[in-house]
Amino acid sequence: MSNIPSDLKYTKSHEWVRVEGGVATIGISDFAQSELGDVVYVDLPSVGKVLAVGDIFGSVESVKTVSDLYAPVPGEVVEVNGALANESQLVNDDPYGDGWMIKIRVTAEIPGDLLTPEAYGAVAQ
Amino acid sequence: MPYVPHTETDTQDMLAVIGSHSIDDLFREIPANLKVAPGSLNLPPALDEHRLMAHLTEIASKNLDCTKLVSFLGAGIYDRYIPATVGAVISRGEFLTAYTPYQPEASQGYLQTIYEFQTMVAELYGMDLANASMYDGATSMAEAAIMATGIKGREKVVVSEAVHPHYRQVLATYCWSIGIDVVTVPAKDGVTTEWNAADSACIIVQYPNFFGCIEDLAAARKAADEAGALLIVVADPIACALLRSPGSYGADVVVGEGQPMGIAMGLGGPVVGLFACKKEYVRHIPGRIVGKTKELHGDKIGYVMTLRTREQDIRREKATSNICTNEALMALAATVYMIALGKNGMTQVATSSVRNTQYAISALKGIGVKVKFGGKVFGEFVVSLPKNATQVRDAMIEKGFLAGLPLGTYYDGMDNDLLIAVTEIRSKEQIDAFVSALQEVLA
Repeated sequence: MSNIPSDLKYTKSHEWVRVEGGVATIGISDFAQSELGDVVYVDLPSVGKVLAVGDIFGSVESVKTVSDLYAPVPGEVVEVNGALANESQLVNDDPYGDGWMIKIRVTAEIPGDLLTPEAYGAVAQ
Repeated sequence: MPYVPHTETDTQDMLAVIGSHSIDDLFREIPANLKVAPGSLNLPPALDEHRLMAHLTEIASKNLDCTKLVSFLGAGIYDRYIPATVGAVISRGEFLTAYTPYQPEASQGYLQTIYEFQTMVAELYGMDLANASMYDGATSMAEAAIMATGIKGREKVVVSEAVHPHYRQVLATYCWSIGIDVVTVPAKDGVTTEWNAADSACIIVQYPNFFGCIEDLAAARKAADEAGALLIVVADPIACALLRSPGSYGADVVVGEGQPMGIAMGLGGPVVGLFACKKEYVRHIPGRIVGKTKELHGDKIGYVMTLRTREQDIRREKATSNICTNEALMALAATVYMIALGKNGMTQVATSSVRNTQYAISALKGIGVKVKFGGKVFGEFVVSLPKNATQVRDAMIEKGFLAGLPLGTYYDGMDNDLLIAVTEIRSKEQIDAFVSALQEVLA
């Protein structure tokens, strides 16, 4: 059973999001990293990139596949986890902590259809 | 291609296997109005194998080639010595028949040669890594430029006019297709001195350049740094056996043509593109990389495709390059060449080329021929003649020499200029004969 923290919101495409003070921190779920297997590369956007909900903001490459990453909230990228450039394994080791990917300053309404931990738990079966 | 005839019975047997009744059956998808009616082409009657051979030999005898002419023509393709071992190795069936080797369990030998190729190219250029080959030098350069625009997020590339004109044409085509601006900066006295590189993704310089002159890579690196651009160097691998490597100047990407390393001069190919870069750009490269590993339980070495970029696998729609196969057989030829000569041998080839070039320059000056550019050259140089260079080239063919490349086609105001190449295999006697023939033509 994968780890689904109760204080986060989720997407059907397996991103998690934590909004604090208008800034959303985004990564991929424990379920997603375990399905992907060893992550070997994470392609992330530059700071300043403006994203709408559902925009592809990067990709995560494992030994098995490459998957796109989708923005769960709208806004401007204000920070990128530079540590992933050399330590992509952090996504596997600590998906909700050191393996975070980007921070977005939320500039519009957060979509109402983000999943609760319970609802995501049903998706990540 | 061998002449392998088959009988009517053979044909019928083959058709029966696939469930067709006639040859025409195989082409029934093609609309009748698109088919060429039998007899409508103006073709001579069929010949038997022996007569066909004689006929083709007669046509081929009209060509002039380097068994009949002494070549001083370079401009990107060079008449260098090819050790016999190169031909012996690359004509082995295991290598000759293989398409790109994907399956590590079936193609360890080939994968190992590619691994060695990558290693030696990277070392020669002084770079962290090299890929498993490109089509040719020109497409390598264009791919490097496209890669730089992706890395830098900029839509302009700067290229010196002293980069091979054909390479620049390929660059222009690639960039046109995706809306990238190409800005060409002029060369002065044969080398590039002014780089207007602001807002560009990269600057591209050739080393030695199209005129044979050795560009100041330290200055190019500085210009690239000031513009926040990548430095792409198009480098002659043989020259790199003697000159300081582009990598030691801080080049980000080094590309080149591998033909001088064991590949025969052909009419446009086959050739092989070299592509090397810094490790930080490995995820952006076109083509692929073969890696070396060890068994999980044991000590046996294994070779595998380690990095395959997106063009042919799971994310084709994200591809930034159109390369989908490589030039594995020609890369193998270059690998065998480098192994056969070794570091010292390659340095000797480069040193002999310089010595012969300098001898030719002084002999030409001795008959009053003017060398156009004053700087240092490697293996190639431009002379300004008192006559039209194309006419001189044609007259020299009559005397048994491929005198070089007339530059008027490529550069305005250079109708009397000739680009002359002198490799390690041009003997003193050949150079002397060339100079005296030129003296007669110019008289």
